[in-house]
Amino acid sequence: MTIMQSFTELVHQRQQRESAKRNRPVESEVTKLDVRNLNFFYGEKQALFDVSMTVAERAVTAFIGPSGCGKSTFLRALNRMNDIIEGAHHNGTVLLEGQEIYAPDVDVVSLRKRVGMVFQKSTPFPKSIFDNVAYGPKIAGQRNHKGLSEIVEQSLKRAALWDEVKDRLQDSALALSGGQQQRLCIARALATNPDVLLMDEPASALDPASTSRVEDLIFELKQNYTIVIVTHNMQQAARISDWTAFFYQGYLIEKDHTQKLFTTPKKKQTEDYITGRFG
Amino acid sequence: MSTHLTRDLGVLHRNLLSMCATVEELVHKAVDELADPNIDRAKELAKQDDEVDRFDVSIEEECLKILALHQPVAIDLRRITTVMKISGELERVADISVHIAERACALVNQPGIEVSEKLQEMASRAVEMLHKAIDAYVGLDSQLARNIVESDNAVDELNREIISELMDTMQQHPELIEPAISLFSATRHIERVADHATNIAEDVVYLVEGEIIRHRAHFR
Repeated sequence: MTIMQSFTELVHQRQQRESAKRNRPVESEVTKLDVRNLNFFYGEKQALFDVSMTVAERAVTAFIGPSGCGKSTFLRALNRMNDIIEGAHHNGTVLLEGQEIYAPDVDVVSLRKRVGMVFQKSTPFPKSIFDNVAYGPKIAGQRNHKGLSEIVEQSLKRAALWDEVKDRLQDSALALSGGQQQRLCIARALATNPDVLLMDEPASALDPASTSRVEDLIFELKQNYTIVIVTHNMQQAARISDWTAFFYQGYLIEKDHTQKLFTTPKKKQTEDYITGRFG
Repeated sequence: MSTHLTRDLGVLHRNLLSMCATVEELVHKAVDELADPNIDRAKELAKQDDEVDRFDVSIEEECLKILALHQPVAIDLRRITTVMKISGELERVADISVHIAERACALVNQPGIEVSEKLQEMASRAVEMLHKAIDAYVGLDSQLARNIVESDNAVDELNREIISELMDTMQQHPELIEPAISLFSATRHIERVADHATNIAEDVVYLVEGEIIRHRAHFR
């Protein structure tokens, strides 16, 4: 054992002892999503083990953890994106504003309108910029061109892309840069006026400048939306989120205020992961 | 943790321990000067203070390098910020030690004034606090650190009593005003050593428990 390893072990023992002596109060929050005892399976293989967590409204919650820890599975469980995977099943409850999203009478399309998703790789349709953003509202029944134009403009403005594309809305979305395409996907997700925005590593394929724009955008969006983000970039989680949850081997190890989790994590596994001692 | 970060943190730790040892020696010698002042020895102490200044700068540079290159979090972040702060506190203690020795030397060739037992007691308490604060850092002992914070009150009380006695001496023996002012100044410096030891102890509590206890009394 090196000097530094023994130092860390020792600090952890002392910290646990001292924090056990002084119970710290938990701050109150308005809960948007309430997940209770969620177990998730891909066929025989269990990917999530008894995960319970609340997601605060109008805040950014980041999920971190090594590859295969279950963070993306958990994220996708929040808008039933895993339903399309053959053999996937679960038990436990996922409540969106108190309503079970896996209840038999829930319309999945309506659910995904309320809980939008942005993926790691930007996935614009091979259509115009306008049509990409208007796609969701059109499916939802919005046919009026003036109404659609308003939605497109508002969504692009919220995604901080309007000024860059307002003069070329009919150009192909595929002609945009990587960073612009990702913001277009965010605009597309916003067009259906969701309550919650799920983001699966939204900036991992972007250069530093585009990453910074997407991070600024996430900060802006949390004024109106509940945002849940999966990221491999811990500095990014530390920068943009209010809450951070650490997953490991399918278990939720710890969730806390981001500042607290990155300065004084309660669990040793969290400490070891975020300081790069494993994972 | 990357090998680079492990190595850099190890170097940092060793440098801070060397700085601690130098400052402890310095403050011990400075306090001893009060009983037996010697101008040549005081000059030597000033040289030793230069060494502490170099430690302070190199530790700060090392910390900044680690922050920029490794972007540490959790225990590593607390450790680096604590090392930076402790280094600053030690640098001030070294400066103060030189001032104490200078004040002691100012007593040479002055009309006789007794260095009270209380001042000796206060000096040994302040030095002990510093010694224990360093022990608390090395042993990651936050309970010891909290005890040190509490013990500062006793030093403050002694400080008030000594100042009051010196004021009386100056009123009753105007011919002793000059040496009394030197002792007055030395007393204040010793009290500051105890304050810096307290700050180090508070930093150790943050390092170990992640809790900032500084200025706690003012927020209650």
